Amino acid sequence: MKNLVTIDNVDMRYGGADGTLAVEGLTLHVEKGEFAAVVGPSGCGKSTLMKLVTGLHIPQKGVVTVAEERVTKPVSIVGMAFQNPTMLPWRTTLDNILLPLEVVEKHRGRLRMNRAEYVAKAEKLLETVGLKGFGSKFPWQLSGGMQQRANLCRALIHEPDLLMLDEPFGALDSFTREELWCVIRDLHFERKVTIVLVTHDLREAVFLADRIFVMSSRPGRVIEERIVPFERPRDLEIMYQKEFNDIVHELRGSIADARKAA
Amino acid sequence: MSALSKNWIKAAPWLCTIGLFAIWELAARLFGLPQYILPAPTVVFNAIVQYWPAIWKNSLQTLYTTTLGFALAVAGGLGLGILVGWSRLIYSGLYPLMVGFNAIPKVALVPILVIWFGIGTIPAVLTAFLISFFPIVVNVATGLATIEPEMEDVLRALGARKMDIMLKVGIPRSMPYFFGSLKIAITLAFVGSVIAETVAANSGLGHMMLAAQSQFNVPLVFAGLIMLAVEGIIMYAVMAWVEMRMTGWAHRGQGATA
Repeated sequence: MKNLVTIDNVDMRYGGADGTLAVEGLTLHVEKGEFAAVVGPSGCGKSTLMKLVTGLHIPQKGVVTVAEERVTKPVSIVGMAFQNPTMLPWRTTLDNILLPLEVVEKHRGRLRMNRAEYVAKAEKLLETVGLKGFGSKFPWQLSGGMQQRANLCRALIHEPDLLMLDEPFGALDSFTREELWCVIRDLHFERKVTIVLVTHDLREAVFLADRIFVMSSRPGRVIEERIVPFERPRDLEIMYQKEFNDIVHELRGSIADARKAA
Repeated sequence: MSALSKNWIKAAPWLCTIGLFAIWELAARLFGLPQYILPAPTVVFNAIVQYWPAIWKNSLQTLYTTTLGFALAVAGGLGLGILVGWSRLIYSGLYPLMVGFNAIPKVALVPILVIWFGIGTIPAVLTAFLISFFPIVVNVATGLATIEPEMEDVLRALGARKMDIMLKVGIPRSMPYFFGSLKIAITLAFVGSVIAETVAANSGLGHMMLAAQSQFNVPLVFAGLIMLAVEGIIMYAVMAWVEMRMTGWAHRGQGATA
């Protein structure tokens, strides 16, 4: 398998030469089609990782490569979703989902002429995440969980090769969170998209990911890399098996050590 | 909410206004206040009827200078607000200047405007403009400056230019702030035009009231005040209506959520 994302010995410092060092000697790689999760104590530079991969920040030292190209500017083959759904309240859910197409170079010229085609695509996505028929609603008419589903649609509408998720389920109740785990699991399976999930939730990471990176406290670097061996498709039931809990337990130990070292 | 209390809420503004005038009338009669101190509302309304041609002409003049100054403030305020909200450099360069300028009492500028443009309509228009300009700039700039960083990241990662982000997110987002500021700006514009008319004009309600005061025609002074209040309420209502029409999404009630 080829690597879609490679981060090689990267330093990223904010605010000039004596600013905060957010990550130091960060090295990791994510294979194409893989589901990777990044966990770690708060302030370990997980959000910095997001911005490095999407090209919003260019590191002072080291190389970030996405799809065999060195990242020197924003990478438009990436879709992003954050904990805060940031739907625009003056647009309907459908128009919110179409927003990236108005921006991405490849689609912006075609959107006006081929609107019907794109709308059909957006509606199909809405159906996949369980929001069929909600396109005409305004985001503030949707619940938090529904907004987050729409947010996933917006991140996927331009068919990105890589989906970057920054704690997308952090603000949801536990039942909605489990539902959305299954939604994202199925999206990953159907669309063969590579996903990098940044999260605090170890059970979430183990349930969803093929590979887990544990990061240290600031300055962040990868202190442990762990393959999750469970077969796909996975059922929520596996979370109650001993093997599952053993992995969660060990990861928890690593993070506790990382916090102590800080 | 019952239909009864809803009706009361609808009637409340009228009842309060009528109540105020009734108390005023009663007080003026009961204490036998002389007309040159506090004329009773009936006397004021008589004055409005008696001097109607002059009041009408001067009211139109004030309305004209106010709305013209206000229109300039909307155009200028929106433009400068977008500029200031667009770039941190422009923001840090212009902001102290604007704060300092806003701190100057506008009445102190009228003599300068008179030196430049003479007595008449232009100083009133410009004073209305200068006084109502600032809240619009600040509000538009605030709307632009408070774009969620996540939203900006999502779009920038897709290759959006600053212009895209402004057009798709920033400007629509600042519209509720903008239309909200219009309600403040229009009332301030009246303050500005009347100040200028009082100091340096030969028409307008401010001028008329000053002239009436020098003749001890106090009922006419109060008639001018009433006309100003009426014009102010009408223009405020127009702005509130425009705000509701343009940015209804920002005023969703509890009934709207699913």
